[in-house]
Amino acid sequence: MSLIFGLITGILFGFILQRSGILSYEKQVGALRLIDMAVFKLMLSAIIVGAIGIYFFYDIGVIKLSLKATSVGGQVAGGLIFGVGWALLGYCPGISAGALGEGHIDALWGMFGMLFGGAVYAVIYPFMKKYIISIGSYGKISLPQILGVNHWIVIVALTILILVMFIVFEKKRL
Amino acid sequence: MKNKTWNPYLAGALVGILLVLSVIVAGKYLGASTTFARAASVIEKSVGIDYSQFEYFTTKKGKYGPGSLPNWQLMYVIGIAIGAFAAARFSGTFKAETVPPMWKKKFGSSRIKRGVVAFTGGALGLIGARLAGGCPTGHGLSGLSQLSVSGFIALACFAIGAVITAKLLYRDRRG
Repeated sequence: MSLIFGLITGILFGFILQRSGILSYEKQVGALRLIDMAVFKLMLSAIIVGAIGIYFFYDIGVIKLSLKATSVGGQVAGGLIFGVGWALLGYCPGISAGALGEGHIDALWGMFGMLFGGAVYAVIYPFMKKYIISIGSYGKISLPQILGVNHWIVIVALTILILVMFIVFEKKRL
Repeated sequence: MKNKTWNPYLAGALVGILLVLSVIVAGKYLGASTTFARAASVIEKSVGIDYSQFEYFTTKKGKYGPGSLPNWQLMYVIGIAIGAFAAARFSGTFKAETVPPMWKKKFGSSRIKRGVVAFTGGALGLIGARLAGGCPTGHGLSGLSQLSVSGFIALACFAIGAVITAKLLYRDRRG
């Protein structure tokens, strides 16, 4: 059943992204070059709705959170390396599958690269675990926890911040 | 054929609703990058490489090893390709393309050049995503929706690395 839910969720996700026209290299790299913000608009809008929905259903006890462990070393080093790869390929892992579906065959080269990267990571994992992931390792923590405030305060603040970004995007016609 | 694209804010809201529904119905937060690491272990196993020599594929009871597939996330990634293909065909926007126009304008029409850079980017992207513990979907969308500290740090670094690299790639070389 879990497999079917995964497939259906993926199909809906791919359908929405294709219809919003953000699966092309031009839209993806256009966002990274800060000349066309459609990709960021979609992502940040999803985060606002996601955060409100997730914490609403968390508060009423319907769902559980699944936080990823914080490792400042892992997220900073890995994040920057990922960013370089994202710009070179032009598609992130989930987007590359959608881009291929839309006909961007170059995404397939990227996906082969990801398989290779996965194998390489398995080789270098012991080193990374010992020297990089161990830096600033704080476990599964959320922003409201470390700030010591209610999560809705953080959600409102995040929403305002993102709405300000949207106003800037629209004013600059990005 | 109706080719008008959906408003990105509305499409984003739909993605947010999809995330929430997925967590309610299947208990699954969205993410994609781990599938490629898991698939690498499946390939190693199938071509006779002893994958168990790598701690990553055996750690956490084989969470990232070949025994973890097929799973929810693999089907999710396959679904994305199917959903995008279906939407592209229905809307008449499917178009096979080997070299993106923006790339072609700057770096020429060589498929090999584009393929090599795309492969390198994919490899770096996956190494970075696994080191960070997620990709823009897992850390960005799912992580920020949960207000996870890891998500904020990762998404900021994804953006910094990507924006700087994209600016360097497409900088004006006349100066």
